[in-house]
Amino acid sequence: MSAITISTVEATRRPRGWLSGWRLGVLVVALVVALPVLTVFGSFLQPATEAWQHLVQTSLRDYVVNSVLLMLGVAVGTLLLGVSTAWVSATCEFPGRRVFEWALLLPMAIPAYIIAYTYTGLLDFAGPVQTALRELFGWGYGDYWFPNIRSLPGAMVMLSLVLYPYVYLLARAAFLEQSVCVLEVSRTLGATPMHTFLRVALPMARPAIVAGLLLALMETLADYGTVQFFGVNTFTTGIFRTWFGLGDPVAAAQLSALLMSFVFVLILLERWSRRQARYHETGARMKSLPRHRLEGWRMAVGLAVCIMPLALGFLLPAGQLLASAVRTAGHMLDADFLRITVNSLALAGSAALVTLLVGLFMAYGKRLHSDRLVQGAVRVAGTGYAIPGTVIAIGVMIPFAWLDNTVDAWMRARFDFSTGLLLSGTLVALLFAYMVRFLAVALQTVEAGLAKIRPSMDEAARALGLGPLDVLKKVHVPMLRGSLVTAMLLVFVDVLKELPATLVLRPFNFNTLAVRTYELASDERLADAASASLMIVLAGIIPVILLSQSLSRTRIRYE
Amino acid sequence: MALHKRGLWLAVVLGIGVLTGPAQAAEEVNLYSARKEELIKPLLDKFTAKTGIKVNLVTGKEDALLERLKSEGRNSPADLLLTSDAGRLHRAQEAGVLAPVDSATLKKLVPAHYRDPQGLWFGLSVRARPIAYVTQRVHANELSTYEALAERKWKGRVCIRSSDNIYNQSLVASMIAHRGVAATETWAKGFVANFARPPVGGDRDQVLAAAAGQCDVVIVNTYYLAAMLNDKNPAQREAAQKLAVFWPNQKDRGAHVNVSGIGLTAAARHRDHGVKLIEYLAGDEAQAWYAEINHEYPIRPSIPASKTLAAMGKFKADTLNLHQLGQYNAEAVKLMDRAGWK
Repeated sequence: MSAITISTVEATRRPRGWLSGWRLGVLVVALVVALPVLTVFGSFLQPATEAWQHLVQTSLRDYVVNSVLLMLGVAVGTLLLGVSTAWVSATCEFPGRRVFEWALLLPMAIPAYIIAYTYTGLLDFAGPVQTALRELFGWGYGDYWFPNIRSLPGAMVMLSLVLYPYVYLLARAAFLEQSVCVLEVSRTLGATPMHTFLRVALPMARPAIVAGLLLALMETLADYGTVQFFGVNTFTTGIFRTWFGLGDPVAAAQLSALLMSFVFVLILLERWSRRQARYHETGARMKSLPRHRLEGWRMAVGLAVCIMPLALGFLLPAGQLLASAVRTAGHMLDADFLRITVNSLALAGSAALVTLLVGLFMAYGKRLHSDRLVQGAVRVAGTGYAIPGTVIAIGVMIPFAWLDNTVDAWMRARFDFSTGLLLSGTLVALLFAYMVRFLAVALQTVEAGLAKIRPSMDEAARALGLGPLDVLKKVHVPMLRGSLVTAMLLVFVDVLKELPATLVLRPFNFNTLAVRTYELASDERLADAASASLMIVLAGIIPVILLSQSLSRTRIRYE
Repeated sequence: MALHKRGLWLAVVLGIGVLTGPAQAAEEVNLYSARKEELIKPLLDKFTAKTGIKVNLVTGKEDALLERLKSEGRNSPADLLLTSDAGRLHRAQEAGVLAPVDSATLKKLVPAHYRDPQGLWFGLSVRARPIAYVTQRVHANELSTYEALAERKWKGRVCIRSSDNIYNQSLVASMIAHRGVAATETWAKGFVANFARPPVGGDRDQVLAAAAGQCDVVIVNTYYLAAMLNDKNPAQREAAQKLAVFWPNQKDRGAHVNVSGIGLTAAARHRDHGVKLIEYLAGDEAQAWYAEINHEYPIRPSIPASKTLAAMGKFKADTLNLHQLGQYNAEAVKLMDRAGWK
């Protein structure tokens, strides 16, 4: 019963022509996708401006320290919340388990800046909680201690609450797919349930957990709304301060490039720690784990583990939004609102589809040709997720406008005919920006799915005469259905929430829910913003529920 | 499956058609606006009703819009750029994306110190940033100037938002313009030492914190305070009512003001319509609307301010040429960094 093989050699080594179609295709697509990122990196070619001297002398240290601490805090938070809820909901039986399975994903539908706004409203010095305490005990300012929500720890908590679902989602899928045999062997060899979890289940689920964590951390690095609102100076706020405040786009782009190097360090650390070990389950006789029925105090603990993140990450903020929305819906809900909602859904849907196709293409290309160049290209293409949306937007804008203007100039010179801007300022540019920004989500999810398919499958199919494309269509796609749906829905929800790139790149007279929310909230009209943000949450819930259904379906197919 | 696939392709093709097909109408003008849709669209609709010229709108942050304008170059569809502060207008001017407008009407409508001498941009509304104090704990005669807020007696009693904010950057830029970098930096260090808390939140948050007892004086834009006084939410109203406005520096340069403004782009293809829109926005109807709806000061004294603003009293405004706010902006940010103003 060899259930796991840990192969330390390249599993899919298959020498093929240097210029095979797939390889070339992946490289070209990666280059195009990486264009905005490279545009930003290109800033390093320009000489450092005097802004750098100023940054080094004053605030750069703050930016680095705060960003690193924020990432550490969010890592701890998302791992604690994500892995515990995943393990409990995947292996235990307790009242409400079926509801928790999907409900635990709900916080994902709440944009980080929205949860930050709502908690600030509740917990700030002037908010209802502290005001009530002061009235109750007759305290004044300075008479008592209360945690300051608008602080670095506050930002860690906010981001952890909305980002843990990435870890939960991928960890849970991994736990569910673990062969019961392995875990039973561990038990018969005398390991306690806790030991089995720590020594067997957790290491086996590690690639999935790390993939989820990486997504959460990249999103953390790119966050602007929350840290800006909380007055925490991170790399992102530094980029905008340098760009807008100091008026130095070159130094700002160089800061962004530095931010990206953070991501590469993260990826390298993860790979180094794994030392290229790969985990494939080879047990063909899959049988789902009999759930461990929780009773008494264990049930209470299990329930608490699931209720806490759900209540804090979703019920409380969504409830508050609902309360505000009810008050303001009268004048906020109009015909425009419907159109904005449709815009948001259509945009998110098309972006999800495009991103998924590109992600699948690249992930599979990487499986076919896992040489360094392809690997590197795919990695670079996936870094967009850690870059603030505005920076991506500028990275998209510059090459697109250059292309448009070059074509226009050529056409004018040749045919005395102006083509104007063909792509800039259209939804095509916006969709491309989304794809660049969220490709990592699709890539990570699809790659995690592909990694679980044994390379011998490919080999068998190829030996039977199928071409690479046929293998993808006939073997992988059907087996990957769960991962593909997951990838698509994750991108969908992300695009619904996306703000900065949408704001800069959208065409004339085109609004989305996120734009509406932002415009009202940044005008400090939080109550009026509630309807639109609640709609983002509602629209995000639908895919989340679909997601959970697709997850349980994948499970059934194995049984 | 086959049917599915065909449907998918159809959707993709249709999608591309919808995505790329620009709506072209001759009677139109295209506007990039840093003023939020809620605060500009009603006026644009009125303009359309009056003239039949359709206004196409993209809203966003001014720096990003400016970046878009720059990268689009001479093919940019934008005819007008509207920003909510003079510093950004100056930046757009420096970037060479604005074109001069020579309009006798505009010269008459916009006072000289609220527009660019060459007609590259025109102010549309005036925003003041005075001191507000909690009436229960502070007496107006304790206050005098922005500079005096650096005195030791205000230790732990001042709330103000982050130096990331353009209004603070403009305020400090105006002080640099008047008093030089060294004096302003000394002031900033003393001022920051008086903060009751590290800067968080927007202007409204400072008012709320002061009302709740966390600090005694704040620096706030008048339209935020006015909006709070007229808010449907009683908590906001009650908080704002605990504060009163103090107009600083009345014996010398006057209180700090900034303008929202607009400029015609160099790439504009609807020049005449663009100028018409600027003239409309500077005209009486639009000016009265700004005053009433967003509690901003009209650019001409002949138009009355809103009741709430009028109740805050008349004041002497700083007449510094506004392009200097843009000129000293970067210097102001660096200075605030050095002073530890987060």
